[in-house]
Amino acid sequence: MIDFIWLLLFVGGIATAMVTGRMDAVSGAVLKGASQGVELCIALIAVIALWLGIMKIAEHAGLVQVLARILKPVGKFLYPSVPVNSPAMGAILANMSANLLGIGNAATPLGLQAMRELQALNDQKDRASDAMCTLLAVNTASITIIPTTVIAVRMQYGSHHPTEVVATTIVATIIGTGIAIVLDRLFRRWSRRRKSR
Amino acid sequence: MQNIVSVASSWILPTVILVILFSGVIRRVPLYNTFVDGAKGGFGTSIRLIPHLVAMMVAVSVFRTSGAMGILVNFLHPVLHWLHIPPEVAPLALLRPISNAGSLALLGDLFSQPHQSPDTFVGLLASTMQASTDTTLYVVTVYFGSVGVKNIRYALLVGLLSDFASVLASVFAVWLLHPTLK
Repeated sequence: MIDFIWLLLFVGGIATAMVTGRMDAVSGAVLKGASQGVELCIALIAVIALWLGIMKIAEHAGLVQVLARILKPVGKFLYPSVPVNSPAMGAILANMSANLLGIGNAATPLGLQAMRELQALNDQKDRASDAMCTLLAVNTASITIIPTTVIAVRMQYGSHHPTEVVATTIVATIIGTGIAIVLDRLFRRWSRRRKSR
Repeated sequence: MQNIVSVASSWILPTVILVILFSGVIRRVPLYNTFVDGAKGGFGTSIRLIPHLVAMMVAVSVFRTSGAMGILVNFLHPVLHWLHIPPEVAPLALLRPISNAGSLALLGDLFSQPHQSPDTFVGLLASTMQASTDTTLYVVTVYFGSVGVKNIRYALLVGLLSDFASVLASVFAVWLLHPTLK
């Protein structure tokens, strides 16, 4: 998939340049693009380092566990098939908390742990359970409070208010996650009805 | 409204930092050393991204400079106009679920265009779109792959549909919170 898109961008670009006569500019764009890629990554170091440092404190202070306790009722509502005090629910809530705090590199291992625990509860091992589909719906919609990478990119390109994106992201991500959860429920009901027929 | 939103946006980051520092104090975490230890990881994380971003930035840059990006955007214009989505963000919406580095490259490329700086409507919309969803295809592959589930049922469809919903939600959020932006 990614091979195809990457190739498409080059072929589409170079073919268009043949027609539009911009080959000279495109030749320069190849080199300019490479240095922009490096510059952007260098700019990311500052904000990512700051955030990882702050998040390490949050991790050691046990904020993930505190938040997981607060989110328990949410977990009960979203995952009716998972027992409340099971290790599966523990991993699900920890994953949700890490996502919320924006600890991306802790959220993925916790999510994978949640998948393993859910697989232990799953009676058809090669078929996704309802709870797995919900976990995916919530994770791909990704609720985040502070979008650090985007703030860094905005800084790099001279934004006067790099953190302006925080409020819009919170509104958009709440709506987006809400819709993801509704869609998940609708599809679950639909797939059950089809199965019982 | 505009003012409240700007104030709220600028308060959230310092407030979150303060709350985390306080909770660290309460739980007797050695603050400074823990911070430095965590921040160390920032270098590696960013450097590991370089090859991906170079690859994507070059491809996007060729696509933009040749005029192909403009043709694609114009082609998508009629449908998107009807949905109130600015066509300039369409490539980002299409690439976001597939590749994180690719969509970051597109975001940078978009910001460097005239009239699409980070503080314009399109710039803020693109930022919100990038921030409010994840790389759906990657997450689905890694999560289900890790436990060997082959029949993923409706999971990918729900993910992609909610990605599309997130694009509309981003348009709504920027329009709601920044009604004066053009």
